[in-house]
Amino acid sequence: MTLDAVDRRIIAATQSGLSLSPQPYAVVAAQLKLTEDEVIARMQDMQARGIIRRIALAPNHYALGMVANGMSVWDVDNTRAGDLGEKIGALPFVSHSYLRPRAEGWPYNLFAMIHGSTRDEVEEKRQVIAGILGDACRANDILYSTRILKKTGMRISGGT
Amino acid sequence: MRRSSLPPDALDATDRAILNALQEGFPISKRPFAEAGAALGIAEDDLISRITNLREIGAITRFGPFYDAAAMGGAFCLCAMEVPAAEFEEVVTLVNAHPEVAHNYERMHRLNMWFVLACETEQGIERVAQEIETETGHSVLRFPKLREFFIGFRVQA
Repeated sequence: MTLDAVDRRIIAATQSGLSLSPQPYAVVAAQLKLTEDEVIARMQDMQARGIIRRIALAPNHYALGMVANGMSVWDVDNTRAGDLGEKIGALPFVSHSYLRPRAEGWPYNLFAMIHGSTRDEVEEKRQVIAGILGDACRANDILYSTRILKKTGMRISGGT
Repeated sequence: MRRSSLPPDALDATDRAILNALQEGFPISKRPFAEAGAALGIAEDDLISRITNLREIGAITRFGPFYDAAAMGGAFCLCAMEVPAAEFEEVVTLVNAHPEVAHNYERMHRLNMWFVLACETEQGIERVAQEIETETGHSVLRFPKLREFFIGFRVQA
């Protein structure tokens, strides 16, 4: 997976967002003194290679009324965790779902971030997940955040 | 970032359709708004002004490419620590002082501090995690992602 200097300049120019104008890739091109065709071709190539996961908007859960959220964690049978994880990830109230390794004193391998308008609603949705996992799940818990201690965007440096 | 709910009438059905559809993807082409708008039955200029409005009222946090940090050569790891209450603020300061700590949340659990390390390499993750262990005297549990399930979050259309 290689990125050349031009790719890195495109990443640096677009990672905070795209211009809301009819030809957003032409705006990037003008800024970087490239042609629009080259920017489009390179971004399509980065998407094909998985470097760009998607071009999309990110909803603000809080503004959309989803002011409660909890990190639910599940101890799911290893042989079924992949298939069941797909189902949990597809639920409309789950924004992110991951398989992660277990640790000592931490039996949970499936993580799913649940969003709701109230904590009661989050707990109801947690029961929905429990129902889907059924007997493949041995234990679960949910961790509510009480404070944001640090929040910074991910940034990579531009090409040289 | 806005952390309070918008009034219920802030978004109409078209806004909700845009929110759902454009989480999935957006074209890389010469007139992407015209293309995406056609799929939704909205004119190019209407789609642009609606997304602009969604951004202005804080209904979306971002519009653009989502880069895969690992594919770009970066390494990420969710980490957790069990920090005694009396030491909590001191440990927050020590942990947050590392620029590799991208975000950090206090959570209600025995493991009460959860943060993400973002480094250029896997070795970097290991180095920073060990530094934090040395500085704080507490274990840093590492939960790297083994697999991701992403579909996205839906608003009621």
